[in-house]
This record gives sequence, C-alpha cells and structure tokens, in this order.
Amino acid sequence: MTNFFVNGKPVQVDVDPATPLLWVLRDSLEMTGTKFGCGMALCGACTVHLDGKAIRSCVAPLSRAEGKHVTTIEGLSANLTHPLQRAWIELDVPQCGYCQSGQIMSAAVLLAENAKPTDKDIDEAMGGNICRCGTYPRIRRAIHRAAELASERRTK
Amino acid sequence: MSASAVVGRREFIRTGAAIGGGLLVSLHAPLPGRTSDALAAGEKEFAINAFVRIGTDESVTVISAHSEMGQGIYTSLPMLLNEELQADWSKIRVEAAPVDKVYNHPVFGIQMTGGSTTSPAEWERYRKMGAVARIMLVEAAARQWNVEASSCQVDKGVVIHGATGRRATYGSLASAAAQLTAPADVPLKPAKEFTLIGKPTRRLDTPSKTNGTAQFGLDVRVPGMLTAVVARPPAFAGKVVKFDASETLKVPGVKAVEQVPSGVAVIAERFWPAKIGRDKLVVDWDLGPNATLSTEQMLRDFTEMAKNPGTIAKKTGDPEAALKTAAKTITAEYDVPYLAHAMMEPLNCVVDLKADSCEIWTGTQFETVDGANAAKVAGLPPEKVQIHTTLLGGGFGRRANPASDFVVEAVHVAKAAKAPVKVVWTREDDLKGGWYRPMWHDRFVAGLDASGNPVLWTHTIVGQSIMQGTMFEQFMIKGGVDGTSVEGAADIIYDIPNLQVDLHTPKIGVPVQWWRSVGHSHTGFSVEAFLDEVAHAGGKDPYELRRALLAKQPRMRAVLELAAQKANWGSKLPAGVGRGIATHFSFDSYVAQVVEASVEKNGAVRVHRVVCAVDCGTVINPDTVKAQMEGGIIFGLTAALKTEITLKDGRVQQENFHDYQMLRIFESPEIDVHIVPSSENPTGVGEPGVPPVAPALANAIFAATGKRIRSLPIRASDLAKEGAKS
Repeated sequence: MTNFFVNGKPVQVDVDPATPLLWVLRDSLEMTGTKFGCGMALCGACTVHLDGKAIRSCVAPLSRAEGKHVTTIEGLSANLTHPLQRAWIELDVPQCGYCQSGQIMSAAVLLAENAKPTDKDIDEAMGGNICRCGTYPRIRRAIHRAAELASERRTK
Repeated sequence: MSASAVVGRREFIRTGAAIGGGLLVSLHAPLPGRTSDALAAGEKEFAINAFVRIGTDESVTVISAHSEMGQGIYTSLPMLLNEELQADWSKIRVEAAPVDKVYNHPVFGIQMTGGSTTSPAEWERYRKMGAVARIMLVEAAARQWNVEASSCQVDKGVVIHGATGRRATYGSLASAAAQLTAPADVPLKPAKEFTLIGKPTRRLDTPSKTNGTAQFGLDVRVPGMLTAVVARPPAFAGKVVKFDASETLKVPGVKAVEQVPSGVAVIAERFWPAKIGRDKLVVDWDLGPNATLSTEQMLRDFTEMAKNPGTIAKKTGDPEAALKTAAKTITAEYDVPYLAHAMMEPLNCVVDLKADSCEIWTGTQFETVDGANAAKVAGLPPEKVQIHTTLLGGGFGRRANPASDFVVEAVHVAKAAKAPVKVVWTREDDLKGGWYRPMWHDRFVAGLDASGNPVLWTHTIVGQSIMQGTMFEQFMIKGGVDGTSVEGAADIIYDIPNLQVDLHTPKIGVPVQWWRSVGHSHTGFSVEAFLDEVAHAGGKDPYELRRALLAKQPRMRAVLELAAQKANWGSKLPAGVGRGIATHFSFDSYVAQVVEASVEKNGAVRVHRVVCAVDCGTVINPDTVKAQMEGGIIFGLTAALKTEITLKDGRVQQENFHDYQMLRIFESPEIDVHIVPSSENPTGVGEPGVPPVAPALANAIFAATGKRIRSLPIRASDLAKEGAKS
C-alpha cells in the first residue's frame, strides 16, 4: 500500500510499487490528464510535479511518491486561472493538445523557479518536451506571456 | 498546366465527386437513422438538423463530421455554420458526429478526415446548415407572432421583429423550429458581409487542452474494461509459430494471453501488468517473406532501377530531342527514407463487443472504413457497429489506415478477451508498426539553353505505391501510375517546355501509407532542391529563376514574391548564414518559404528563421492557418534533419524517441507566416506547409557551405567532412 498526495488530497494505492507513477495516475486513480508518449522519459508528455520538481512519471516508480506531494495538470488551477493556462488560451498554443499537459507542467516549474525566463532558459527547461504538431514557437511566446501575467498578478 | 494534365488528388476529387454525388448538399440533412447519444434531442435540446442542436439554455452544439487532430476543424466548422446561423459565438460548443451517411465527406463519399480537404469540402455545407437553421428559427418566431418572416431580423441568437419590438431567443424557438420543414434552397451571405469568417477566432478546444480534461482515445474507460498490448512479429507479415505464456500469466493483473491474427495479445486489468506480461512472453516467430529486407539494399536497387525510365506519368514537348540540343545538362539523384508518423498519442482503440453490437472508441480519421472492417471481424452488419470518435493526439494520416489495422486488431482482441478491452500501442509498437511514408529515390536530368534557362526536365521516381491494394486503387492508379507517387512532380508548377516524369513502383513487403503531405513530402524536396542546382548551373539567382518560370502562375508567383520580400531576399546575412528558397503547390494551395540556416564546424545545422507565404484561398480562421504553417514547417524540418526508419534483416531498427528524434524547442526556428488575401474558395491548409521547408533548408545549406544536400535526413557527419555531399 502506497500513501501519497495528489493535488493536495491524500490517496492510497494498492498496486506493485514498481509501477510507474504515470500508470497509477491514469489507470488506478483515473486521472487521465497526464499522458503516455514514450515510456522512456524521452518526450515529457507525462510530466508531473513531485514535491514541486518536474519529473517524468512514466519512469518514476510509485514507491518514489511515498509520502510526497504529486501535482498533475488537473491540480494546476481550479478554474483555468494559472498564468500559463491563461497565456496558453490567449495564444492558442495547442494543436492536437496531447503533449500540452506535459508542456505546461514543465513550464510551471520553470516559472516557479525563474519569474522572468529568457529564451535560453526556456530552451533548457522545455528541451525535454516534444510536440509533434510543432507548437514550439507559441510555447515560447506563451511562457513569456505567462511570466508577464504572473508579474501583473503579483503587483496587483 | 492543363486541367486534364493534373494528376493525383484533384483527379481523385473529381472522380470521387462523380461517385459520391459531388458537393450536392441535402438541405434537409435528416437526422441519422438511429438514435445516438450525440443526437438524441432531449427535452432541453432540439436538433434543427443533423449538424446543429439548440438548447433551451441557448447553447448551440455544432456536430463535427470531421475529426479534430490539431488542425483546428472543431473551430473552423462551427465558424462556417455560425456565419449563417448568427448565434452568440460564446454559446457555441462542438461535438464529434456519430457514424452515419449524413456525415459523409461531401467529396469522398465516406466519413473521413484527410487530404487537407475538410475546409474546402465543407465550405458550402456547414454554411448552408447554419442558414437553414436560422431560417427555421426565424420562421418559428414569425409564426408565433403572426408576422412575415421577412420582417424579422437576427442578432446574436435573438430573432427580432423591429416593427413591434418583439424578441425571442433561439433557445426559446428551438422546439418549434425543429418541427418545421427545412427550406428547399438557401441563399448564402456574400463574402463582404462575413462577420466571423476571416477573423482570428480563439479555438474552442484550447481550454480543455490546458487542464487535462480533453479526452483522447487513450483516456477512454468503459465499465469492465481490460487493457491489452499485443506482441507483433519482428518482421512484417511474420507469423506466430508457438508461444510460452507461463511467466506472463504469473504477473499479477494479467488475465489472459491469446493469439490474434496480428500476434499475441496480453490482456490484463491495467496497462502496466499487460506491458510487463508482454516483456515476459516468449514467442517463436516465423519471420515470413520479409525476413531479409534491408533498406541499404533497397537503396541500391532503387538507384539501379532509376537508370532506366519507368512508366510515363507525364510527357510534354520532346524531351529526347531537347536532350540532344541542350547547351548544358546536369544530373542528380535524391533519396528520402521511410518515415513513421509518430503521433504523440500512440495508437489505441477501445472495443466493447456484444452478441449484436460493437461499440468502438478511438481517435480515427476513417470512420466508414473502420466501421466496415470492424463489422467483418465482429461478424455483424456494418450498422451494428458504432464508432465514437475521440480527439486525436495527432493523426498525420496514420489514423486513416486503409486496412484499419489498429481497429481490426482491437476487435480481434475483444473477441478473445470476451470483455470490453482497450488495446494500447507503446511507442516502440508505433515506430516498428509499419504504414510508413515510402522510401523514395529520384533521378533528374535537366537541360539548359545557352542563356542558362531550363528547357528540359526529366524526373524518374522510384518508390512503393501507397494506393495499391486499397479501396482507392481504382481511382488513384491510372495506367500503372499512382497519382500520389508523382504528385508535385508530374504537375510541376514551373513552365519547362520539354518534360518527362516517369515512375517505377517496386513491390516491397513494408506497409506504406499517406503521411502528412503524401507524395509532396518527397517531390517537394527533390524538385525544389534540384531546381536550385539548375539555377546555379545556369548562373541564375534561385529566386529570379523561379519567378521567371512562374510567369503563367500568378498565384504562386505572388506567394514567391511575398516570401522573398518578407525575407529580404538578396540582403546581406551574417557570415556563415545561407538563405534558401522553395515553393510548392499542394492540396490546391500555394506556399513559398525562405530558410536562413548555418552549419557549425561539427556539421550541426542551425535553422535560424523560416519565412512562409501562403495562398490558401479564402481564409476561415487566420490564426489556424498560421498555426498549421508553423506546425507543417516544424514537421518538415524534423524530416529534413532528424528522422528515418531503416530495416536490417527485415527488422525495423528504430525503437523510440532516442533513435527516432523529433525536433525540439531549442532547435525550432523563428517562423514568420504571411497570408496572401484571396477571395477564391478555401484550399488545403493542414499539409501544404510541409513540402517546401526541406528543400529551402537544403538550398540554404548550399548557400552557406557550397555543399549539396541530396539525401534526407541531413547528416552532421556529411557536412562536417570537407567535400562530402558536394
């Protein structure tokens, strides 16, 4: 039995602790916002936060989450109010949308650690997230825009 | 280029139109014969026709006959419909259509999404459906008020009778309107009155794609559902001899291991035990007829074949005579590899098979084909199969499989599982699973006159047919030539007086399929890169030569000029940076791109900027056109710089994104898209951005380094070595 927190709520899961966190979220907890893309930490579609750090949940065993806080795309905001979600909507970033949960979760850690990232910072933080539709130019713009929105929110 | 000379897609569209009834729109658009969840008009919601429902809460639900795979159709189709319906845009929702003949593609005559055809094909129908609904709502109000319908107006979902000041909302009229007979014919607004079409409009699906609520096929769960993964043969068309599942069955959560026609299915409570179970499975395979396939050998064979002309696809003028009289001739050979679609969402399919029904949930581009193929396996009549189309986590053609491979297999697994089942493909399954863009070899000979102008162009193409053996074969293969093999080549847009394009179609046991931009994905590269060689051989500027050869093509010429102007063609660039240009006509759209790139000492290519100009007729949602050009360019750059599927001893050598690499954000250039205003009918948008970027990049690399790129993907090792590939 593994105990941890998902988006602030305590959860208890009874599956093999070697099971990747991705499949615990998707199959056991029925939270499907986190996506499967490669299973080898190569594409970033499965990115979630573990105690505030971005991890690839497809290669993180459940045991690693024991007692810790996991944040998924579903927990980013209650009502699409996170600056990244606002910027993503404003700039219509997604195309097929499949990779975007992972993109946003990677970007959220970047912004939490760096309120005003440069293009180079974005390249480094987002380099592990693949988008086959090619939304990279908009992801870049939207992260800059989200940084602006976040700073407006702080100064209000 | 005469209309009769146009081969490929447009030919097919014309033929298909004759068969499918063309753009004839049934204005009544009756509801599908059977009740489905999507269309059951409850007490609070009324279907005005098969394409729009209106709720008493003023909600307006547009039914999309086409799949959303990122191309923005879940916004563009509602825009078309609401241009005429004139409801409050903030009340518009969109829903996937169930499978029914009423939702068949107006040109192709089956329910499907592909070929960059949705906007062109639905341009009339969705507007007409909106107009019909509006007329019925107005009629309902007029009857209620006992006034002439012509004395009423509509404003954002409210019918207004100006003379008496009476107002009624669409929601309050929906019930009465749904009882009326649809008008026989409806006039459509002239373009100058458009209020929605042509205006940048936020996508309706974006919010759900930023909070995890968007539902893709992989996210579907039905009661009692099991999950399966399938062990498939290591070589195409291999067969199971026997298998040992004893270790697999020891994995907690594994329920069954069953042989299916495509391999061995491991069926479990959830994905992970199924996957672990498959890892422990021991299968003895008969590798079958393709066990020795090798792409290295194929390349040698293709190159040999190209030494002789193939079946003639196009011949104008007198190429033989022109070859003898040309002042100068140049020859070059080009190669591109097999490519996988590699959608971010791996293939998957949920099937709930019962004695008298088969329900399928999947992200598909090919509902009619999948339904028919599933019915055969299920042993049911096609009308007993219902497909629930989810959002597609990328399509690029792969989810329009002529054999419905991922659907048919899932029905087989469901039969074996005797329970609802979701079949999930891993990334390795996806990359090794075939249905690739074919490998191609192109051989060119050009002849120049004394002034350096091309007067002769011969192009021999070698590669597998994607249409052979499919339901499209009879329309698409004419006189031994698959139109998609030579599209973009036989209908080359440049005016060259003596032309021959011919084709060799080897039969090889690698399943191949359409891949974003189809034949244009190879002809765009080879034709435009070779034309750059021709320009240099004749001492011409590559832009000026193209411009001269486009004298009879005003739309392409305008696009070329716009791209060149926006890119400051001819202006000085920083040392080491080269500029390349290419155009390509595909899916009836005109695109030109200018790439600025440099090559590092180690041979690594850096793409700095891409300027793109496009004429795709009337633009429905400008931001979507821009997004599709951006995405197409990055898709094309990935093919130019990164990806290839190779085979050795019949086995696909690539496994996952470490050896089938996608372009990443730090490699993604700045992209400027410019749209040429047009009042022509809309043309394709999803694919035409792809073909010009690889040649524009190859031409930029030549400008920067003097080295010619004639083979994709571009290898840093070739560019690092002095003299290689030049």
